[in-house]
Amino acid sequence: MEDIKSSFDRSQFITVGKNSEKMESITRPNLTYWKDAWRRIKKNKVAFSGLVILIIYVVLAIFGPIISQYGYNDIDSSRMNQFISSSHWFGTDELGRDLWTRVWRGARVSLAIGFISTILNTVIGGLVGGISGYYGGALDSVLMRIIDILYGIPYLIVAILVMVVLGTGITSLIVAMVIVGWIGTARFVRGEVLRLKEQDFIAAAKVLGVSDLTIIVKHIIPNVMGLIITNLTMAVPKAIFNEAFLSYIGLGIAPPECSWGILAKSGVKMLRIYPYQLFIPSFFICTTMLALNLLGDGLRDALDPRLRGTE
Amino acid sequence: MRKYIFKRVIISFVTIWVLATIVFILVRLMPGDPFSSDKMTPEIKANIESYYGFDKPLIEQYFTYMKNIVKGDFGYSMKYVNQSVNKIIADSFPYSFDLGMRALSLSISLGLVFGIIAALYRGKQLDYVCVIIAIIGTSVPDFIIGAMLQYFFGIKWGLFPVAQYQGIKHTILPSIALGFYTMAMVSRLMRASMLEVVQQDYIKTAKSKGISKFRITYKHQIRNAIMPVVTVLGPTVASVLTGTFVIESIYAIPGMGKYYVQSVQNLDYSLILGMTIFYGAFLVLANMIVDILYGVIDPRIRVSGR
Repeated sequence: MEDIKSSFDRSQFITVGKNSEKMESITRPNLTYWKDAWRRIKKNKVAFSGLVILIIYVVLAIFGPIISQYGYNDIDSSRMNQFISSSHWFGTDELGRDLWTRVWRGARVSLAIGFISTILNTVIGGLVGGISGYYGGALDSVLMRIIDILYGIPYLIVAILVMVVLGTGITSLIVAMVIVGWIGTARFVRGEVLRLKEQDFIAAAKVLGVSDLTIIVKHIIPNVMGLIITNLTMAVPKAIFNEAFLSYIGLGIAPPECSWGILAKSGVKMLRIYPYQLFIPSFFICTTMLALNLLGDGLRDALDPRLRGTE
Repeated sequence: MRKYIFKRVIISFVTIWVLATIVFILVRLMPGDPFSSDKMTPEIKANIESYYGFDKPLIEQYFTYMKNIVKGDFGYSMKYVNQSVNKIIADSFPYSFDLGMRALSLSISLGLVFGIIAALYRGKQLDYVCVIIAIIGTSVPDFIIGAMLQYFFGIKWGLFPVAQYQGIKHTILPSIALGFYTMAMVSRLMRASMLEVVQQDYIKTAKSKGISKFRITYKHQIRNAIMPVVTVLGPTVASVLTGTFVIESIYAIPGMGKYYVQSVQNLDYSLILGMTIFYGAFLVLANMIVDILYGVIDPRIRVSGR
C-alpha cells in the first residue's frame, strides 16, 4: 500500500471538480422513437424478411416487365400454353402471352391499388376520426351516429354496387374501396384520440396554454402514428385481396389490363390442364399477403413503446 | 341491459333503411338497362318500363319500393322472366345457408381447438404448427384455396367430388375452402386471448388453491378467453357470406352467391336490389344478435348497461 502511494505524486493529477452541466449532458447519440422502431424491426427476423420480400417484389414489379422482351398483352397463337422455359420464365397463357411479364405487370396494378387505396383510406379516415375525437361535442355525436350506421353495411356488397355504377378500371376500383374503406380507420383513430385526450401530458400541455394545433401536431399525431402505420400495413393485404376478389367475379380490373386477380381467374379456368398457370400467380399473391401480414405483426410490436425492452 | 338491446335494435333497422336507400340510388345510377337488345322497339321498351314502373317520378318509385320491401315483396326479376325475386332467393338461399353454416361451425370449432392447443403448448413445436397454419390461412385468398383443394383432392387424387352439391361428400371441400380464413383468424385470436388470460390474478388464485391443471384450463382460462372471439363472429358471418360468391362459382353450387354475381353482370335491377337488401339485412341482424349475445354473456356489459 505504501509503495503505491509513494510512487504517485499529487502534482501529477488535476482536480476536475463537479460540473453539473457536463454531468447532465447526453454523450450517446439520441435514439428517437423511429430509430428505436427500426432497430427492433431489424432484430425481428420474421418481420424483416417480410420487408425484404416486399422490397424485392416492388423492384420486380417496376423492372420485371421492362427486362422482358414481350409486352404484357402480346397475343401469339404460335406459343400457347407453353410450360416454363428459358425464353418464357413463367411459361405462357392460353393466348400465348408471356406469364413473367403478366405477373409483374399484375403486381404493379395490384400493389398500386393496395397501397393507394389504403393510404387514401387512412388519410380520410384519420382526419375524420381525429377531428371528431379531438373536438367532440355535437359534431362528434352526429359523425359517430353516421359511422355506426355505415359500419353495419357489408363492405364488399357496397363495393360491388359502386363498381357496377363506375364501371371496371383501376380508378373506379380505388374509388369504390375508399368510399367504403375509410369508416373503419375513422372509428379506431377516434377511439385512440379520445383515449389520448384524457392522458395527463395533454392536460399539462393545455394548462400551459399550448395551442390546439401544436397539441395535435406535437402530441396527438406522433402518438397515434405507430398504430396508424400498423393498421395501414395490415390493411394493404386486405385491399389486394379485395381487388383480386372483385376482379375474380368480373367487376374489378377488365382485360386487357391485368392484375393478380385477373391472372388467378384465368388460372382457375385452365387449372385442369395447365395447373402452373394458377400456381405461379397464386404463389406471388400468397407470399405478398404473407410478407405484409408478418411485417404488420412485427411493426405492431416494434411501434408499441410499452413493449420496449421486453424482447 | 334493456336500454342496450333497444339501442342496438334501433341502429340495426336504421342501417337496413340506409342500405336500402343507398342501393336504390346506386342501382338507378347504373349505366345501361336490362332491356336493351337489338330487337327492342321504343314502344315495347316503353311498355315494359311502365310495367316495372320506371316511367313514374323517382320519388314515387322510391316510396313504392320501400312499401314493398316492408311487406317483404321484392318484385319480379327482369332477366328470368316471370320469376319473382322472392322465389329465386327462396330457392337458392338454402344452399348458401347450408354451406355457410357448415363452414362456420367447422372453422369456429377447429379454430378454437387450434388456438387453445397453441396457447397451452406455447413455444413448443405444436404451437409453431398451429401458428403456421393460422398465418397461411390469413394469407391465402379463398378462391385460391378453393381451386387448390379442387385440383388436388378432386382431380388429382380423386378423393372427393369435383363439383355440385348433392351429398355430404360434396359439401366437404367447399366448406373447408370457405372456412379456412375464419378458422385461421379465430385460432390467432383465441391463442392471444388465452395467453392474456393466463396472466390474470384469478388463475394464480386458482393455482394456489390447488385446483387441477385441467380444471383451471377448462373452467377458468377457456371460458374467459372465449369472450373476444365472440365479438368477431359478426364480421365472420359477413366474410363467409361474401366468400360464397366465389366458392359457389368454383364448385358450381346453385346458391345465392352465383345468382348475385350474375344479376350484377346482367343489370337485373330488381334482383340486385332484392338480393343486396336480403344479404344486408341478414348480416346486420346477425351482427345485432352477436352484439346482444355478447352483452348477455359478458357480465361487465350486463352490469354497466352500456
